[in-house]
Amino acid sequence: MIALRVVALGYLGFLLVLPVAIVFRRTFETGIGPVWDALTRPNAVHAIELTVIVAAAAVVANTVFGVGAALLLVRHLFAGSRVLDALIDLPIAVSPVVVGLALVLVYGRTTAVGAWLGDRGLDIIFAPPGMVLATIFVSLPLVVRAVAPVLEEIGTEQEQAAWTLGASTLQTFRRITLPAIRWALVVGVVLTLARGLGEYGAVAVVSGRILGQTETATLFVEERFQNFDQPAAYAMAFLLAAMAIVVLLLTNLVRPGEDA
Amino acid sequence: MSITVRNVSKRFGEFTALDDVSVDIPSGALTALLGPSGGGKSTLLRVIAGLETPDSGTIEIFGVDATRLPPQRRHVGFVFQHYAAFKHMTVARNVAFGLEVRRRPRSEIRRRVQELLELVHLEQFAGRYPSELSGGQRQRMALARALAVEPKVLLLDEPFGALDAQVRKELRAWLRRLHDDVHVTTVFVTHDQEEAMEVADELVVINRGVVEQVGPPDHVYDEPANPFVMTFIGPVTRFGGRLVRPHDLELVRHPEAGAAPATVIRVVRLGFEVRVDVRTHDEDVWVQLTRAEADELGVEAGARVFVRTPPEGGLAAVASGC
Repeated sequence: MIALRVVALGYLGFLLVLPVAIVFRRTFETGIGPVWDALTRPNAVHAIELTVIVAAAAVVANTVFGVGAALLLVRHLFAGSRVLDALIDLPIAVSPVVVGLALVLVYGRTTAVGAWLGDRGLDIIFAPPGMVLATIFVSLPLVVRAVAPVLEEIGTEQEQAAWTLGASTLQTFRRITLPAIRWALVVGVVLTLARGLGEYGAVAVVSGRILGQTETATLFVEERFQNFDQPAAYAMAFLLAAMAIVVLLLTNLVRPGEDA
Repeated sequence: MSITVRNVSKRFGEFTALDDVSVDIPSGALTALLGPSGGGKSTLLRVIAGLETPDSGTIEIFGVDATRLPPQRRHVGFVFQHYAAFKHMTVARNVAFGLEVRRRPRSEIRRRVQELLELVHLEQFAGRYPSELSGGQRQRMALARALAVEPKVLLLDEPFGALDAQVRKELRAWLRRLHDDVHVTTVFVTHDQEEAMEVADELVVINRGVVEQVGPPDHVYDEPANPFVMTFIGPVTRFGGRLVRPHDLELVRHPEAGAAPATVIRVVRLGFEVRVDVRTHDEDVWVQLTRAEADELGVEAGARVFVRTPPEGGLAAVASGC
């Protein structure tokens, strides 16, 4: 048991803790001042804002879709439910770069769909809408897969009891179903948020990496690093890691140990 | 009639749960849907509640055609075998649920919840969560919750099925007393004939999706419509080519007209009751005696006896061959 524990902790230490710790150390090598400067330059601020907007949009879209799809998969057997079930996992199996490329092939300005939308003033590719689409795509299964097993476990009797007591479908969802799945939903949302903040590949392809316009935090890190501006790259990397850690810690604090 | 079921059929894939069922449930009575597992009785209850849609046929509840009404608008209370307690709500909030979704005034809700909790003896548990209650308490809470909205009909699906034997017995006696107080038309599903006989005013025996017999418990027991009902509703043995109740048979020491000679195979004493297995020239029969009867007769294995049906009428018997 002890040997196993050492192996597990060592594995995580070298793979996870050490690199993150070194990023943190490098970030603050010259004190907090340069970090603050690097993160408050216009391009950095814009990258942070864009990242939060894109991640938040993906969270909203995937929460609505995720809960809906989970309800559909667990509560209704229909022709094509197996197909839907399989399709939901597709984003896990497909490389994000392929996802980005596929979006470009559909919505790029030279395609019929992209041109049609472009004529109406809506650019998808090389613009935030495409980045939102790419982020939604790569984080698609996270809410569904967190919520579906809990829906399965709670069954339908509580909902049926609510119906016989006069509750409408909407009231039943709000008062019975939602409270029952709330912690699973929180987990799904946190994972989606974390994935949205950290997504690189798909967003890199569809964004075109236009400085100050379509550059997210992760793209900013890469771009600064390539331009030998390590302090800015480290500062942003630190911020991304810190955001993820804060979100995870908050979830664990808010969540009760055992469902009352 | 409070509930009128007409020609209802329901299939699940290849399985026929209800096959052209028609039955009337009398107002104000406690009716048991009795039958073996998988016989269709729960499906019938769920069709009445609107939780299942029948493939064909109609349901009328107090004169209103409810066949196409959603469960919300049927004015039925439903109690599930596994309680279906709202786990994230306290007992009081569970009971208040139906009133809250109807947007009743808060003071009325508080008063009504208090009344109902007293009715089911849970007033000191109002602030607890369902996970902190025993099975019997949870089921009483579910009953109070269903009664809160003053349903026209109360439907209970194997309400005591998940409870242990002692609690089961207490609760069914309590349900009977509750019904005598509240008088709401009640239909409950059970596979336990003893439970049905003890609690119900009226039995509806259902098997393989078909209603086998309807009537008061005594009537169904004494005049079963067919071998299935006879066998399901009480103990049976075969004598003279017919199915009879073993407590309707008598054993005597001396030959007489109509009595069949037999040999005692085994005597089993089960407290007050004594079970005597005998063999006639062509049948194995078992006879149920009281201990006093057995002692007076003095039977033991190997003894020669004569089996007879009672001289007076009133023998429950159906031709065998089911």
